[in-house]
Amino acid sequence: MKLGSLLSVASGVAWRTLHNVFTTPSLLFPSLMFPLFFFTAFAGGLSRIDQVPGFDFPPGYTAFQFVFALLQSAAFGGIFTGFGIARDFEQGFARRLLLAAPRRSGIVLGYAFAALARWIVTAVILTTVALLAGMNVGGSGIELFGLYGLALIVNVAGTLWATGVAMRFRTMQAGPVMQFPTFMLLFFAPVYVPLELLEGWIHAVASVNPATSLLETGRSFMAGDPTDVAAAFAIAIGLALGFAVWALRGLRSAERAA
Amino acid sequence: MSALALQIGYLARRSVIRTFRQPASVFFPFVFPFALLAVNAGGLDAATDLPGFPTDSFLAFALAVPFLQGALFATMNGGTDLARDIQTGFLNRLGLTPVRGVALVAGQLAGVVTMGFLQAVVYLSVGLAVGVDLESGLAGGIVLILLATTIAASFGAIGAFMALRTGSGEAIQGLFPLLFVLLFISSMNMPRNLIEIDWFRTAASINPVSYLIEAIRSLIITGWDGQALALGFGIALALGVCALAASGFALRTRLTRT
Repeated sequence: MKLGSLLSVASGVAWRTLHNVFTTPSLLFPSLMFPLFFFTAFAGGLSRIDQVPGFDFPPGYTAFQFVFALLQSAAFGGIFTGFGIARDFEQGFARRLLLAAPRRSGIVLGYAFAALARWIVTAVILTTVALLAGMNVGGSGIELFGLYGLALIVNVAGTLWATGVAMRFRTMQAGPVMQFPTFMLLFFAPVYVPLELLEGWIHAVASVNPATSLLETGRSFMAGDPTDVAAAFAIAIGLALGFAVWALRGLRSAERAA
Repeated sequence: MSALALQIGYLARRSVIRTFRQPASVFFPFVFPFALLAVNAGGLDAATDLPGFPTDSFLAFALAVPFLQGALFATMNGGTDLARDIQTGFLNRLGLTPVRGVALVAGQLAGVVTMGFLQAVVYLSVGLAVGVDLESGLAGGIVLILLATTIAASFGAIGAFMALRTGSGEAIQGLFPLLFVLLFISSMNMPRNLIEIDWFRTAASINPVSYLIEAIRSLIITGWDGQALALGFGIALALGVCALAASGFALRTRLTRT
């Protein structure tokens, strides 16, 4: 019974969120365009970087940047869903939802389902564009499954992070609080060149940045030479679990304020 | 003092005060460009090893970008403020007074120009503080600030036109991805002659933002490059004049007096 009401709330919230997103171009396009645009700008404009001495990524620079764009789209897919949650609070819908839902944790689950479905659409489009652009894929089917699985967990983590922020601040003005740390975490990883080619402070920061492990393992999947898989999945799952606690405590904060 | 100057003065004062009263209008234009500069300068330093790269410091090469990003933020903030004036009816009430259209646009741009000037001074100061050598010397620094302020004013005029044309803050926010694309599909991260992908090099060569960046960059890493400066100032002024003329037409429709 408890599980049934949880799933009932989750499916209702997910359906409404997806319906809103897919029928409102101004909500849909930014989350589709941003990863495509980063991929195009980096893979197109910086392709000569693969000629830098020491750069060694056999599938080429397009594939190198695709992995970053995929993980970025996953994380930001969650952030964009967080914007929707904040908007729901601003418009009063979320308060009514809190009153009506028999199992309120289903609200968080519903937003997470919606973010996942939304990201899957983005990932399909991004992958199609990358393949049309001539991306070489070195990994096998299982390795690519690992890459997309990793990105999926990153999407869940991003959604739960943004959900926690949205439920605490309950205003669209919290958008930068969701975006900025995520942006910094992703961009202080080896975005343009492998970790070995980074020098100075950025190398020191990237070496301890958990996003580095996700990115490097994702790229190793793409190259067909998986490395540090357990560590990357442990980090991704750890982030998702940590942010699940963060999101559920945010829900409690929203309940107290409702 | 003439009535026109008085009108411009009052509206300019209001515009400047309003800009600085909004933390988000001040914080992000100053912080975000530096974050991206730090990321790019650290991550792409290896690109200076490419044969033909014009400098051995990617930080110096990339320092031109914050000036354009700052102008971009100025466009968004200035346009959003004017759109809010339209949405709240302030512009209509202003239309009941003898205020002239030129005073309204010029006054509105004052906040953008002030922000553009301050941003340019801060970006240049930080650049010099972290070890960038200005090849054009002190006079080049003054020209750089002048050019950056001119670009901010021109971009601000584009924002004003969009606001007057649409009367919607949301539409102005929708302009952001387009302007961001113009920034990234340019010679922002790589000299045009080193861009390997043909279509990207062509797009960057057509994109006026490339020439604005290259004009600023020339003062930092080359010295005095008459052609780059002429193109930079020429394009900035042409954009500004066109946007102001378009704003004039849009304003006439918006402020139809009965």
